[in-house]
Amino acid sequence: MFARLVYESFRRQKRRKLLAGSAIALGVTVATAMIAVATGIGDKINRELRSFGSNIVITPQEDSLDLDVGGVSIKPPSDGAFLRESDLPLIKSIFWHHNILGFAPMLPASATIETIQGPQAVAVLGTYFAHPYSYGKETLITGVRTTHPWWRVEGAWPEDGGHDLLAGEKLAARLNIKPGDTVTLAGTAHRVSGILSTGSAEDDELVAPIALAQELLGRPGAVRRVFVSALTKPEDAFARVDPKTLQGAVYDRWYCSPYAQSIAYQLQQAVPNSHAEPIRQVSQNEGVILARVEGLLLLVTIAALLASALTVSAAMANTMFERRAEVGLMKALGAANASVASLLFAETALLCTLASLVGFVLGTVLAHEIGSRIFGSHISVQPVVLPVVLLLAGVVTVAGSAAAIRRAVQMDPVFALRGAA
Amino acid sequence: MTVAATSSTRQRAHVPQTSMFLRMIYRAAVLRRGRALSALVAVCVAAAVSTALLTLQFDARAKLQREFRNYGANIIVAAKDGTSLPLDAPARVDSLLQGRGAWAPFGFVVARTPSGEAIVVAGTNFARARELDQYWSVSAWPVESPCLQPPCAVPALLGVRAAKAFPDHTQSLALTFQGRAIQLATAGTVQTGGAEDSRIYVPLADFTAWTGLSLSTIEIEASGSTAEINTTLDSLTRALPDAEVRPVRRIVEGQARVLSRAGSTMLASALLVVLTAALCVLSTLMGWLFDRRRDFAIMKAIGASDRLLNSFFLVESAALGLAGALPGFLLGLGVAAWISRANFHSALTPRISVLPMVVGGSVIVTLLAAMFPVSRLHRLQPAAILRGE
Repeated sequence: MFARLVYESFRRQKRRKLLAGSAIALGVTVATAMIAVATGIGDKINRELRSFGSNIVITPQEDSLDLDVGGVSIKPPSDGAFLRESDLPLIKSIFWHHNILGFAPMLPASATIETIQGPQAVAVLGTYFAHPYSYGKETLITGVRTTHPWWRVEGAWPEDGGHDLLAGEKLAARLNIKPGDTVTLAGTAHRVSGILSTGSAEDDELVAPIALAQELLGRPGAVRRVFVSALTKPEDAFARVDPKTLQGAVYDRWYCSPYAQSIAYQLQQAVPNSHAEPIRQVSQNEGVILARVEGLLLLVTIAALLASALTVSAAMANTMFERRAEVGLMKALGAANASVASLLFAETALLCTLASLVGFVLGTVLAHEIGSRIFGSHISVQPVVLPVVLLLAGVVTVAGSAAAIRRAVQMDPVFALRGAA
Repeated sequence: MTVAATSSTRQRAHVPQTSMFLRMIYRAAVLRRGRALSALVAVCVAAAVSTALLTLQFDARAKLQREFRNYGANIIVAAKDGTSLPLDAPARVDSLLQGRGAWAPFGFVVARTPSGEAIVVAGTNFARARELDQYWSVSAWPVESPCLQPPCAVPALLGVRAAKAFPDHTQSLALTFQGRAIQLATAGTVQTGGAEDSRIYVPLADFTAWTGLSLSTIEIEASGSTAEINTTLDSLTRALPDAEVRPVRRIVEGQARVLSRAGSTMLASALLVVLTAALCVLSTLMGWLFDRRRDFAIMKAIGASDRLLNSFFLVESAALGLAGALPGFLLGLGVAAWISRANFHSALTPRISVLPMVVGGSVIVTLLAAMFPVSRLHRLQPAAILRGE
């Protein structure tokens, strides 16, 4: 009889149930989407922050001082120590290898270029553009196209294995080079596949595949420095401690936190004869911005949960209020308060579960939509959100209807039936 | 019936109608206090949430922009072809910025250590560099003090790699540039992970006195949105025609990208929440009005015109919207101020422009909520409602 009452109530009051159900579904949709966005925003913004460039630099351990003025190095290219290109895949061997989004080796060299005015010395920077490399079974692609997203090329990017190169826009303007032109560099002809604009020193240089720079420098397999782009955890006081002073579990905790410092420390261990250091300009500020955006979204999520909870409980209170006459009739027929209340609660619970499931699915779609519209990548809803949202919706629904159910049950059936409540 | 209706109209013409109208609205609020109160609370909370989110939405962008200033310079003014900048360049930059940003002058030379090693020495204004490059990790900033008893050692800031290269840096360091010597007293070290680590920084005045060269670069952090930065860039280019003015694209584009993404997420979330709040008000009010269909039927039965009923319910809803929105606005401002303090550690600038939005929005939502039940009730016969159908 109890099951039948519940079933008939759903069958006969379709409109009313649909209305209350859609309120719950809406609330759960917003709650699910906002929880997903708030938990996913950190990762998304972290990736966006990578557009500020690499946050870790690896240099040779015994390097001489840089002679860098206004972004232009005046140190003779052959001076100082080098890293080995063959060691670079080891970057992916560290504990936090999943956090390494990409790296780009750099090797400055110089060469003479034939121009109409005669031979001229130009700086040549060797690097990876989109270079495939393998570590273990994985084959990955890395290079400046990942680590230096603000580099723009008019024309085409060169092949890493080829002989084509890029000309910086200022150099190109001075020497009147256009994409597709051929330049004679150190006696060999090279095609300029594109004109590069970076807003810094590279605008005055030729940028070539690293093998070409190694050839010009006469140092096969040499790399001057490597820029690494890694997803990191915001820096805090613990991040700044010197790992040499840590011991045991504390050291492990530091080592296993993806701070820029600990990733740099691991890179230094992985790449022989290297020194790795966070680039403070980039790594320092990420944390602050990340924390602000995350904090803001968290608070907005709380507001969203509050608004959803209000919507759901208001809808439930309304629904219960409208059913006074029904409750009166049941009571007049001899139903006990407890059985009426349990009937109403059972209906509420059933409605809540069904609507929450619908809301969860809609919320997943909404989060996905927000992710792809704003960040161009989807925001996934963690499965653990489902029980959380179900529980929250349950609590809110019961709380929203409890007062109304209590009032409806306690009311004298005579008044309820007469409609004079 | 016609006669009765006419006479009742005439009768009503004698009593002060407005006071009756107000009294009805007043009584509607006082009687059935519970339901009216819950509707009012719904409007109030919805208005508060909307106010808080709209205020934050405007405020957060400005606040986030400020966080990006820690990335340092986003515009660089450099002398063309290794010359020095005109002497009045700092003054022109300063007057152009008008406090909306920070700047620091730099001059560079390659000097030699006694052992013949080359090192980049930069002259700068430490106070300005400190304000501009907040990401520098400096052990102790040198204090620029006038030299009372010459010869004085020049206070210097050593990059960590430069410091490592000269293990005796703790006391003093002698450098030469084109045969001219300078004696430096190390005040502290700077670490950035960048080119600064290999340099030595000295006060610009001492730098000029030593090398005979003036500043060659001004690094500028122009604050504001991407459009504002571009405006500053344009006016700098016009003000300094002999210099090369260029944006640090890495910083400017990164900032624009992150800000727009974060802003869009905030906006999308705020819209979701405001929409939910509006729907909450809508459903509460509709329930409240449906609940009062008996009042409606009685009024109609004793001869109230459709127009009177419409205006009665609409004014009542609008009054509810207003009464809920105003305290809601204040509450929302309080919440936004608290969030701003908790998240950005700075005070909130209240925006009055949000007030009409919230009040207008509340009234529109409450009117919408009233319209649907009223139009439905019109189609019903009063007798049917009174009979409880």
